[in-house]
Amino acid sequence: MAKTLREVAEKAQAVSLVTVTIDGREVRVPEGVTILEACRMEGIHVPTLCYLEGLSAWGGCRICMVEVEGQPNLVASCVTPVREGMKIWTSSKKVREARKTNLELLLSNHPLDCQLCDRNGSCELQELAYQFGVREIRFQGERKVYEVDQSSPSVKRDPNRCILCGRCVRTCREIQTVCAIDFANRGFDTVISPSLGLPLGESVCVNCGQCILACPTGALSEVSHVEMVWEAINDPEKFVILQTAPAIRVSIGEPFGLPPGTVTTGKMVAAFRRLGFDRVFDTNFAADLTIIEEGHEFIARLKQGGKLPLITSCSPGWIKFMEHFYPELMENVSTCKSPQQMFGAVAKTYYAQKLGIDPKDMVVVSIMPCTAKKFECQRDEMCASGFRDVDFSLTTREAARMLKEKGIDLKEMPEEDFDDPLGISTGAAAVFGATGGVMEAALRSVYEILTGKTLERLDFYSVRGMDGVKEATVDINGMEVHVAVAHGLGNARKVLDQVKAGRSKYHFIEIMACPGGCIGGGGQPIPTNLEIRMKRIEAIYQVDRSLPLRKSHENPAVQRLYEEFLGEPNGERAHHLLHTHYVPRERM
Amino acid sequence: MFYRAHVLVEMTSSSVALGAAQVKEQLEREIARAGLGNEVKVLETGSFGAALPSPFVVVYPDNVIYAPVSVRDVRRIVEEHLLKGRVVRELLFAGERGGGVATFIPPSPLKKEKRVVLRNSGLIDPLNIEEYIARDGYLALAKVLTEMTPEEVIEVVKRSGLQGRGGAGFPTGLKWEFTRKAEGEEKYIVCNADEGEPGTFKDRLILEGDPHSVLEAMAIAGYAVGANQGYIYVRAEYPQSIRHLEVAIAQAKERGLLGERILGTSFSFDVKIRRGAGAYVCGEETALLESIEGKRGEPRVKPPYPPQKGLWGKPTVINNVETLANIPPIILNGPDWFRSIGTPTCPGTKVFTLTGNVNNLGLVEVPMGITLRELVFEIGGGIRGGHGLKLVQTGGPSGGTMTPDLLDVPMAFDTLPRYNSALGSGALTVIDDTHCIVDIVKNFAEFFLHESCGKCTPCRVGGKRIVDILERISAGAGSPEDLEKLRYLGQHMKATAFCGLGQAAPNPLLRCLEFFREEFEVHVREKCCPQGVCTMRPKPQPKKTVRV
Repeated sequence: MAKTLREVAEKAQAVSLVTVTIDGREVRVPEGVTILEACRMEGIHVPTLCYLEGLSAWGGCRICMVEVEGQPNLVASCVTPVREGMKIWTSSKKVREARKTNLELLLSNHPLDCQLCDRNGSCELQELAYQFGVREIRFQGERKVYEVDQSSPSVKRDPNRCILCGRCVRTCREIQTVCAIDFANRGFDTVISPSLGLPLGESVCVNCGQCILACPTGALSEVSHVEMVWEAINDPEKFVILQTAPAIRVSIGEPFGLPPGTVTTGKMVAAFRRLGFDRVFDTNFAADLTIIEEGHEFIARLKQGGKLPLITSCSPGWIKFMEHFYPELMENVSTCKSPQQMFGAVAKTYYAQKLGIDPKDMVVVSIMPCTAKKFECQRDEMCASGFRDVDFSLTTREAARMLKEKGIDLKEMPEEDFDDPLGISTGAAAVFGATGGVMEAALRSVYEILTGKTLERLDFYSVRGMDGVKEATVDINGMEVHVAVAHGLGNARKVLDQVKAGRSKYHFIEIMACPGGCIGGGGQPIPTNLEIRMKRIEAIYQVDRSLPLRKSHENPAVQRLYEEFLGEPNGERAHHLLHTHYVPRERM
Repeated sequence: MFYRAHVLVEMTSSSVALGAAQVKEQLEREIARAGLGNEVKVLETGSFGAALPSPFVVVYPDNVIYAPVSVRDVRRIVEEHLLKGRVVRELLFAGERGGGVATFIPPSPLKKEKRVVLRNSGLIDPLNIEEYIARDGYLALAKVLTEMTPEEVIEVVKRSGLQGRGGAGFPTGLKWEFTRKAEGEEKYIVCNADEGEPGTFKDRLILEGDPHSVLEAMAIAGYAVGANQGYIYVRAEYPQSIRHLEVAIAQAKERGLLGERILGTSFSFDVKIRRGAGAYVCGEETALLESIEGKRGEPRVKPPYPPQKGLWGKPTVINNVETLANIPPIILNGPDWFRSIGTPTCPGTKVFTLTGNVNNLGLVEVPMGITLRELVFEIGGGIRGGHGLKLVQTGGPSGGTMTPDLLDVPMAFDTLPRYNSALGSGALTVIDDTHCIVDIVKNFAEFFLHESCGKCTPCRVGGKRIVDILERISAGAGSPEDLEKLRYLGQHMKATAFCGLGQAAPNPLLRCLEFFREEFEVHVREKCCPQGVCTMRPKPQPKKTVRV
């Protein structure tokens, strides 16, 4: 993450100040900040479209224009650094006209059918048109018409709604280093496209959906499973089971007006129960299960000299990234399925048997903070029961929309509990939702299993937080176990390149495709920015602290699952149901 | 081998297209047939630099120009002139000859010409480094490496007052100084040969005719700023420039004039060629850098400017071909000599390319400060077909629009902006009065729409809307409000576009809307095109009474 407000504030202490005049008011701002940053420090929120905190400034949309005395042309405030003595006007006639005209020009090549758009109500273009009071478009002319790209199982691209701000391109390149999309063609024919004009589904796109979070309009959105889920719910022949990911309970309040970081577990369960699911279970149960499987895999590799470092496999965006860009590290990656898939496999075997239901009549729906989960659940390998482990995967946004369609206000819901037995989980599972969480949960269990001692302090602070790469060393029976945590694929690359070069000291690495981990996933409510990510992370640890059990191996439902059905961790049945394999993929 | 005569054949890309290669082959055949193979040698040269008809042949040392020469004419030239010593009068060049015998007196057959940049073009074989060296080539490099400090070199260039010939006219010495002073171990020299302005082809002819002058200057620049690597970014549509550069670089390296430890000093400098893929915007210096780095050719955010952060983020000098070709003579003759040419505020010469509805087409190098009238009506020989002058577009579509009222303005970087015009790269596109102003402006606007990189809203969409409106007007569907919209959009684009391309694109539109207001008005009010160019009915002419 390049330039965050925090860094700007830090800069303010480190460097000298300059005096500039903003709208006639003299202010002192740190040298080197842009006009935009200076204005924001002074409480003037200059409107922007192509600017996005955390990405390199680009200066293309020309919405953030301001007037600088002595300069013949207006300047884009997002890319112009302040200079001593600068006199800046942010709402002069010239500035207002220029901004409005550029907005009108963008709108003149836009469908203007807001009611039919996925982002109706959360669109920045729409919001600016309202703020600027655009009532007519003076400059009409040809409008570009493109085919909508629905080739990807996760991300839908509608270039007709694209305003070419490049935020998706920069996110994909700078944050994720995937570079699946870029600008193609020139001038009025410019369009954002996967390489060689291929459909997104055939590209190196890892389905992380960070581009959707970055998109100011409805040009990028998830491939919706909403209709299929309604159909299943309304089908009396189907037994429809819901699982909710660890990160949903700290974010789904936002679309209902609750502040970011509000824990809504009980209300969420009540709301989804009212939506019509036959059972409301928790992916956290499967997260505990994952820790048992992955923990034992790690212990086995550690003891038997297997391939190290072991790298986590919970994040399907990361898995596809690995298959494209680091296939040589395939054997380092845990063979464990992700919690979503483990849940589905257990539901359609163990739980189906318990209920005496044919798995073919069972529909497993997940609510995930993630778009890559849509891709993951349709992978050919993911059919432990002979049927899809998970049938449909909704994003947090889709789930909120379904609730709203039915007229359920999450805020007004009572607190209810998950159903038994697949709704029982520990604090270790809860922290899966934040970067470092899987590592922390694994360490809590691995330590106790290997040493036979009880951990005194459960909190591993060094693997928490928004630093891109975090490290920790844990003493287990006199052995120093080195672990690393990376979130965001650009950060992952740094660690992976070390491993590839043989320069890594790590035994165990957690990788999450999205910045902040799942709470910052591509399926989360919009906006998702640094500030909101940090609030959701706080909430995740609040959930952890509030639970009576905080170690996965203490989960009684998981223990019963092994006793009644699976046998040994990493045993034959567990392997068949809960583990998977990967396929190398082309880079083009 | 000593030859009693040399026959120089101009072999620029355009001459070749007109049959120069066949003329050269025929000359060689006829000379051999006449048994003169040991006495007369045929040489390829670059452009002769003047607005001359091609193919173009000079017999040296007789200084006789034959132009244009066809394959059929060759036998007579060989048999009469080379064998018998009799000039073939009917084939003589008819430029400024005034009926007499035109003689090739270097540097030019045109009186007003002053050749600095084109000092060798047309005179030497560009593929032979010996000929360049014989004309004091690489002497300036030797001088700076052995007698001058880098600071002294920069001082000389600064004092010469040389300004960038790519169009912007930024002082070259200052650019070098900024780069020298910028922090960084590695620095680069980049030669911008991505000549994309329609109507401009000077850089191509300089590179084809005298590639070493540019290489030598790049090495001098490298020494001055502390760079050891140079890149020449040439558009791929210039295969002959690229071939000549490749040969020149190889020859210079062979002789120790490029590469490791040049002339035995501790200074090393290498030059690599990079081909542009044809995007106009890559002539913009930062888009060019992106392109060299293998990225999409889009302009960068400025500041930082290239002297601070250029190629691969390192301090970089980017100079135009013509700018660089001025450097060796400035070093050898001194800044005062350079200042004695041109105007006090804009010293030196400028290479102009004459195109359009003018009698003499081609390249001419003249002192700065010459008037457009001299260029068009004296050197250019006036408007073709006896028509009147409508306008001259200087420096291509992004440059300035010179209307007939500005014919006597001295042409220099500092004078033209006073008339909302610009010298630009030196292209002079002469347009006669049979053309329709809406059509002309539409043509320019379409060019920019095609070449816009698409990054910023005002250029990408605004440029498109300008074309949309102009199309409407020329189809007879325009309204008076459209003229106001055009003016508004033009000014908007100028004020808010990201880079120089978008900011300059509306210049011709805005100027023409003002100067040719009436013609625009007729289009939108009377829905007719006075010139009968637009696809609507022409303006009804008053009926003439036919007398019997």
